[in-house]
Amino acid sequence: MKNRDLANTTAIFKREFLSYFNSPVLYVIVVIFLLAAMGFAFFFGRFLDSDNASLTQAFFFWHPWIYIVLAPAVGMRMWSEEHRLGTFELLMTMPLSPWQAIIGKFIASALVWAIGLALTFSIVLTVCWLGDPDPGPIMTGYAASYLYALGCLAVTSAASAYTRSQVVCFIVSVALCILLTLIGYPGIVDTVVRTLPGSLESVVRFVSYLSFMDHFYEMSKGILVIRDVLYFVSVIVIALVVTNMGLRSKRA
Amino acid sequence: MIQVQNLRKVFGSKVAVDDVSFTVEKGQVLGFLGPNGAGKSTSMRMVTGYFRPTAGSIKIGGVDMLEEPELAKRSLGYLPENAPLYSDMTVASFLGFCAEMRGLTGAAKAKAIDRVLDLCFLHKVRNQSVDTLSKGYRHRTCFAQSIIHDPEVLILDEPTDGLDPNQKHEIRNLIKHMGETKAIIFSTHILEEVEAACTRAMIIDRGKVVADGTPAQLKKLVPSCNTLDEVFRSITRSDLEK
Repeated sequence: MKNRDLANTTAIFKREFLSYFNSPVLYVIVVIFLLAAMGFAFFFGRFLDSDNASLTQAFFFWHPWIYIVLAPAVGMRMWSEEHRLGTFELLMTMPLSPWQAIIGKFIASALVWAIGLALTFSIVLTVCWLGDPDPGPIMTGYAASYLYALGCLAVTSAASAYTRSQVVCFIVSVALCILLTLIGYPGIVDTVVRTLPGSLESVVRFVSYLSFMDHFYEMSKGILVIRDVLYFVSVIVIALVVTNMGLRSKRA
Repeated sequence: MIQVQNLRKVFGSKVAVDDVSFTVEKGQVLGFLGPNGAGKSTSMRMVTGYFRPTAGSIKIGGVDMLEEPELAKRSLGYLPENAPLYSDMTVASFLGFCAEMRGLTGAAKAKAIDRVLDLCFLHKVRNQSVDTLSKGYRHRTCFAQSIIHDPEVLILDEPTDGLDPNQKHEIRNLIKHMGETKAIIFSTHILEEVEAACTRAMIIDRGKVVADGTPAQLKKLVPSCNTLDEVFRSITRSDLEK
């Protein structure tokens, strides 16, 4: 039975992964991602002026802002396209469990994003050529960045399970990703803490602790804490559970 | 092969299917007739495990669809209404994907694809993108998908919808031929199709079974009517009525 489960997930993954490359959307998104990631690093991050052989501030710092728009753009077709085409009905009458499909599809989008992120390798080469960077923060930076992207993709997967419209899915996912990012943004958190009565500070801190940003910062600075990794893993698990609930509601 | 008992489905306050029971054995072809919105598709979606029934039981080849859905779905092929397909795939790669989902790999998969391409006359378009197919080809591609694993139970929701008369004839013959060794349910609006391909027919109206029997029996159901068409119109109510 176990082999069968794996074979189903693999078949879904393979179809989904190849279909990303059949659509021009992916290429456009990857190109925009690379332009944005590099553009931000060189123009806003002042990568060259800072005279610092580190990628944390100049490069990884900007990734969340890119992901909140581009990850939903990659993931928006995940389930909404199945609903729109009606292939969802076909899929759900085949001998597989919804979980096998959810995981297969999520892994496909995750791998697509891994490829996109790997294509930023040139900035690593640049920083190694110009200076003598510490490899630790670069690796944790990539890990943090990738986990952030996976979090956004999982949120998109959940939104796409509920709608047959890619546009609705995109807008809802972007809004959710922005929300999950901003509730932990230091400037905003500090303002809220100052405005609200002191007794509520712990509540605000707790809410900000739930944000993507809070966990991203620590990691991108080079401190790989298991707690932060677990945070992103649990976000992904929760979002996929919500995906499953959405798919079930379509079959009620 | 198919045992359905007291099937009921309620959407909100609307009863879509009300107490439908039937069995279909190997070698039987059951035709579902009924006006639009009568509950034919909803019934089929429950039998295939897509919708969860509000009440009732479904057994496919002795396996309970509600308790062991993955096992029950294995011996089942399904052609949904409107023949959905992944539009970014070619005919052969789509069928390949469906074969893999049915546990076929390697040589068995290639053989299965060739077999259904033959049966459904799809050789000419095997490497064509699904997006560019005509309606008839789309329909037959989805039909091919439903028989790729040579299932014992076949459920077809309006398999001849949108086909030209030649294609209708071919599909009808195919259903009749496969009906000798499989248990088949199909829904249709074309009454002569029932007479041509079914061993038994059920007329459903507003979620309830209003007539059940061989096509010959159904014809005699209402004394004043001579054709199935007249019987159909006299026992079902049109949604044009108030």
